[in-house]
Amino acid sequence: MTTAATALDTLDTPNLRRLSPRFWVARQCQIALFWGPVLIVALVVAFVTRVPAAPLVPVVIVLMAIVAWLVERGRFRSWGYAEREDDLIVVRGLLFRRVSVVPYGRMQFIDVTAGPIDRAFGLATVQLHTAAAASDARIPGLVRVDADALRDRLATVGEAKATGL
Amino acid sequence: MDAAILPEVGETWRRLHPLSPVVRFGSVVIGVLVIAVPSIADSQGRHDPHGFPFSLAAYAVLLALGGISGVISWLVTRWRIAEGALQIETGLIRRQSLRIPLARIQAVDVIAPLAGRFLGLAEVRVVSAGRGAEHGRLAYLTAAQAPIVRARLLALAHGLEAGTPEPPSLPLLHIQNGLLMPALLMRAQVVTPVFIAIVAIAAIAAAPIVGVGALGSAITVLAISALGVARAFNEDFDFTISEAGDGVRLDRGLLQRRHETIPYGRIQAVRVVEPLFWRVFGWTRLEVDVARQAVSRESDRDAQQVARTLIPVASREQALWLLARVMPDAHPGPPPDAGPPRRARLKAPFSFHFLAAWFGERYVYARTGRVQSSTIIVPLVKVQSVHLKSGPLQRAFRVATVDVDTAGRRWQASARCRDETEALEMLRRISERARLSRRVPPPQPAPVPAAG
Repeated sequence: MTTAATALDTLDTPNLRRLSPRFWVARQCQIALFWGPVLIVALVVAFVTRVPAAPLVPVVIVLMAIVAWLVERGRFRSWGYAEREDDLIVVRGLLFRRVSVVPYGRMQFIDVTAGPIDRAFGLATVQLHTAAAASDARIPGLVRVDADALRDRLATVGEAKATGL
Repeated sequence: MDAAILPEVGETWRRLHPLSPVVRFGSVVIGVLVIAVPSIADSQGRHDPHGFPFSLAAYAVLLALGGISGVISWLVTRWRIAEGALQIETGLIRRQSLRIPLARIQAVDVIAPLAGRFLGLAEVRVVSAGRGAEHGRLAYLTAAQAPIVRARLLALAHGLEAGTPEPPSLPLLHIQNGLLMPALLMRAQVVTPVFIAIVAIAAIAAAPIVGVGALGSAITVLAISALGVARAFNEDFDFTISEAGDGVRLDRGLLQRRHETIPYGRIQAVRVVEPLFWRVFGWTRLEVDVARQAVSRESDRDAQQVARTLIPVASREQALWLLARVMPDAHPGPPPDAGPPRRARLKAPFSFHFLAAWFGERYVYARTGRVQSSTIIVPLVKVQSVHLKSGPLQRAFRVATVDVDTAGRRWQASARCRDETEALEMLRRISERARLSRRVPPPQPAPVPAAG
């Protein structure tokens, strides 16, 4: 998908902030945790059995792991957010690009979540919810302190600009 | 009667009407009888040697249990309007106490099912907004009491005095049943199987096996759509739209009469639908969406799926006139440059001819559809968030979709297959305009003109 850069690739949003590099490390750990055991099983199978095609299996798995790594890297790099005066912009997606604009005044509540791997790396995900089910503004991989600060900032502006249904 | 009810419809706890269980469990009784009567009649014919009809006793016990549980449920249910909320308490073992804040009421409906109409009873149903919000049901009150309760709830919801009578309503439009029936029959889901059946009958002479097979499936589909038509006819029979100071009133129904209110400020989106065959006659349907949250509970799903029909069928002029009442200054005709770029024809070959999206000072419009055109109109004041999305195929065509999200449950205005640069521009400008429109309260609709 590396055709000529279109308007969507060179999105001219000032101050677009990227995710923490620590999140990329966490993601790589996640990839390793999944593909590592699979590869070990494949290697064992390849050495134990006498099926002619068996040595190919680990090769295929390594290739799949590389593809997964590339996709994850692309997704990580594509993710960004910008806090503007009145709304929050979240850009994400490699194959399926998505640009969301969520006004602070429409926020109903904010979620801060952290899974086990996220917690091990001191990361958290901030998600905004509006009254619309389709609104989707999720910022993963924020350093815990930043996530809490962002949540507090959003809550403050949200309260100041709140509007009814 | 009014004088006796009014002071009481307030702070004191009240029970529902004593005949409520009769209406509520009446359908269950009928269901049991439908099963019981033939089976009892059957066993009578076989000369049971024991001489005592056990099955009869079993059914009687079943009915008695149903009746008792109905009466108990009525005994333990009470309601009142107090402390800024509609409070309903119910349940014998699992006690449930429901509070619906009056300020969150989105709409109040009065529904009279067939059995209720015989007994002069009606249900008051309150639709409220908010996550996990429940629908408050007062089933049943007397037919005289229900409108008073509704008026009171609406008055309090609008922040008026509790005793404020319901504002007088002016009839706007009445849909002739003689128009509704042919319109329902001209829907594609009826016309297509009829057409297939005709072709199949013609084909039987040439290829009997294929013809009979096609005829069989066409008849099955036809039977299903006939049920759908009957249901829609039953629901939208004798459809009357009237307008009161605070919103639109809808009266409809053949067996079950519904009286619905849609406050102006609570409309999240309007949809203008023109099915394929309706375009020949210039007919149009209007639907509205009001705010409500995702409810996963099975019991609430039914209430959620009820589309709020604003007009089941009307001529285009009438529909536009009514649209102007609900959404002043809305113009559902696309300007010449509202279509997607020509290259999108390959991406969306079947809907390209209808795709259009544009926005004005107060509304966002998006038209989509393959055989039936459907235009969704969202007031900018109601826009919750805006997002742009583009999949791999769309990116190959350098197009993107801009979605406008509202708090409504049914649709979102979706500008499909726009040029990427234009889509980004739309995203920016729609969110900008939505932000500006939130600052200025929308003007109230003007009083109804004398001629309709």
